[in-house]
Amino acid sequence: MADHPSEKRIVAKAKVQDLSFSILGIIVLFFAMAMLATLIGDLLADGLGRISKQFLTDFPSRRPSEAGILSAWVGTTLVMFVTALLAIPLGVGAGLYLEEYAPRNWLSDLIEINVSNLAGVPSIIYGLLALGFFVYGLGMGQTILVGGMVLALLILPIVIVATREAVRAVPSGLRESAYGIGCNRWQVVWQYVLPSARPGILTGAIVGLSRAIGETAPIITIGALTFIAFLPPSPIQASPPFVNADWLTSPFTVMPIQMFNWTSRPQAGFHENAAATGVLLLGMTLIMNGFAIYLRYRLRRGLRS
Amino acid sequence: MSDSMNAPHPIRDTSGDQTMTQAPATETPVRAQVRDLKFWYGKFQALNGVSMPIYDRKVTAIIGPSGCGKSTLLRCFNRIHDLYPGSRYNGEINLAPEGVNLVDKGIDPILVRLLVGMVFQKPNPFPKSIFENVAAGLYVRGIRNRTEVEGRVEEALTQAALWNEVKDRLSKPAFELSGGQQQRLCIARALAPKPKLLLLDEPTSALDPIATAKIEELMDSLVKDVTILIVTHNLSQAARISKYTAFMHMGDLIEFAETEQLFTNPAVSRTQDYVTGRFG
Repeated sequence: MADHPSEKRIVAKAKVQDLSFSILGIIVLFFAMAMLATLIGDLLADGLGRISKQFLTDFPSRRPSEAGILSAWVGTTLVMFVTALLAIPLGVGAGLYLEEYAPRNWLSDLIEINVSNLAGVPSIIYGLLALGFFVYGLGMGQTILVGGMVLALLILPIVIVATREAVRAVPSGLRESAYGIGCNRWQVVWQYVLPSARPGILTGAIVGLSRAIGETAPIITIGALTFIAFLPPSPIQASPPFVNADWLTSPFTVMPIQMFNWTSRPQAGFHENAAATGVLLLGMTLIMNGFAIYLRYRLRRGLRS
Repeated sequence: MSDSMNAPHPIRDTSGDQTMTQAPATETPVRAQVRDLKFWYGKFQALNGVSMPIYDRKVTAIIGPSGCGKSTLLRCFNRIHDLYPGSRYNGEINLAPEGVNLVDKGIDPILVRLLVGMVFQKPNPFPKSIFENVAAGLYVRGIRNRTEVEGRVEEALTQAALWNEVKDRLSKPAFELSGGQQQRLCIARALAPKPKLLLLDEPTSALDPIATAKIEELMDSLVKDVTILIVTHNLSQAARISKYTAFMHMGDLIEFAETEQLFTNPAVSRTQDYVTGRFG
């Protein structure tokens, strides 16, 4: 075999480049992961021991060892339910309209810019809006409904942008062939575009909800209470009509607020409680993200094999 | 090319006229007549007054180099251009016995697509079962009676020479089929509602030679029942399967003639250059 010194040098150089970038990447990744791991590890070390059945089923208390997060996790669940119920249909509807129906003109451009900008508005601004408009302007009070509404507003741009991106990613061939068999726009959107875009839309919606679940500022701004020793009325009842909406107008607290409240107390026991709440909140977020991945996988499998 | 936009245009392309006087030796009925059809993508004029007949239950092929407007012309027939802003038509595509001008602004594009079936370059079955794919066009037309739908799905799949391959797995996802089978499924989907015209936009360009041969064979049998208009960049394919051929270049219809004549004895020298491989 003949020798090719110059070609060999080029190959060697390329190998060095690849290797040095890989090493750099590993170092950066290590620092990022180490930081996250420290944070989570610290939280787990402090809080894991405190998580018990009692912690989940007791109301807050003056004594750290008797305090629990019952009202906080129930509040978080109900607020998230309202948020999802408002943000997903509104956001998906708006995204579909903007992508599939709206004519391309200066008005739709303006709306597009504004939606993108809204995604960057600090959450406390939404809190102020809700305080001024929902709580005082409309006299709705500091209720679960208002909490859900403000978080829905907060994540609405995320859901809209995710929907638009998912809809835009639907191959034009699918759209053309659906129109080609004589479908009208409604049929194309609901029977072909939406099912194809669903994995992306759901991912966006759950990413939005994961953000909302940890939000503290807007909820504090509207004046959610930090010490609640009762549960909202149950949404389900034994007598007809079996469901009621009274819980919507109930005062509430959520887990991040409970956490915030406990960290500002002097006793070490409360700090432990806060860490435990943090672990649970993290767990809830992870479960939601895991669910998003699962859904995406399931739905994609149905679309392409 | 945009200069010709303002230039006075003859009602018919001269070459088209010439051959059309020769064609009716057999007195084939015309299924659709294209008359001075112009089309614009925004400011760009892609068709400069195309006139040609589409003969009933015959295969008409449109050939020409890339960018000549052959796909643009085909896509006028089912108004798929309407999906994209800035598209504009002028002229006529008259369906013969119905007397409907397909590109008339007053005619809803959805009505046009209910009359005309189309198969695209890339096989694009819907993410549904094989059965639901073929039935989709029937559902859109309000045909929901189970027996009727099943009958017409079987009929269309048989016409598309796919029935024997899929009859035992109609409820399986369409994506499990091979590329050639998917394309025949798309043909079945277009056939099920019994279209007045079947448009095929380079239907075999994404397929291997065996799958291509199957589809060409299929067209031979289909043409007994349906009028076929096919765009192809494959000259020998046009020669094999079509009865009439239109040669286009730069948005103009250069020549329309019986396929045999167009390939062996074209009236226009540019056609000759193209079919003999001197350009394109």
